[in-house]
Amino acid sequence: MRESVLLFLIIVAGTGGELCVTRAMKAIGEVTDFRPMALLRFIAQAVRVGWMWLGVGLMALAFFSLLAMLSIENVSFVVPVTALHYVAGTIGAVLFLKERITPQRWIGVLVVCLGVTIVWLSRH
Amino acid sequence: MRESHGLHLKTYLFIFFIAIFAPLGNTLLGKGMRSVGQVRDFSPAALVETLIRVINSGYIWLGIASLLAFFVAYMLVLTWADYSFVQPASSFSYAVVAILSYWLLGEVVTPLRWLGILVICIGVLIVGRTHPKTTEESARA
Repeated sequence: MRESVLLFLIIVAGTGGELCVTRAMKAIGEVTDFRPMALLRFIAQAVRVGWMWLGVGLMALAFFSLLAMLSIENVSFVVPVTALHYVAGTIGAVLFLKERITPQRWIGVLVVCLGVTIVWLSRH
Repeated sequence: MRESHGLHLKTYLFIFFIAIFAPLGNTLLGKGMRSVGQVRDFSPAALVETLIRVINSGYIWLGIASLLAFFVAYMLVLTWADYSFVQPASSFSYAVVAILSYWLLGEVVTPLRWLGILVICIGVLIVGRTHPKTTEESARA
């Protein structure tokens, strides 16, 4: 039960954080100038976007959940099951970023789910 | 011709970095958390105590440094290579993490777990073979 909650936090908070940061980046626009002053202006712009703070907070939650999970389970178990973020990312991209997903990508996502299920079954 | 060869070499070198640094970072985090001990108590006081032990673990910092190296390599390679090429290539990191956890942590990786990792790699390869951009602009391009 504890492992399932931690895995849920790693996947949902991690993917949610990435989606929030993506939304913040899209709100700021494409970076074309890589000079130090321009990059500082870019960072100043980024920290004023609320989605960025939410994203960073969620990613931090996912990271600490990963550390807690690694204290309980083997690395060779934890890292493969986190591949579920491909599934959460695809669902999030449809709902949150309004992306269109091709049937081939859904097949790939289902194969990832199958692989994660097999790794989960190898737990004990 | 020579320029194209150089670009290929540079791309494969960075994908090698990605496939090594990400699993190495996770393996080091795993080693660090083993020395910290299992997180059983989720009360605020116990979590602060755990956090202090985490901050004092050298393996955790090495793991974070390795993950940062992965992130830099990933960002750099994406400035010249296609996401649809890089993403499936990096799926091999799932196999590398199993090898590293066996070598460095002495974990037992059962044949069933290897099978699951292989299926995950295939799934990521299928996802990576799809077009990386599916929004309106790409459809028009």
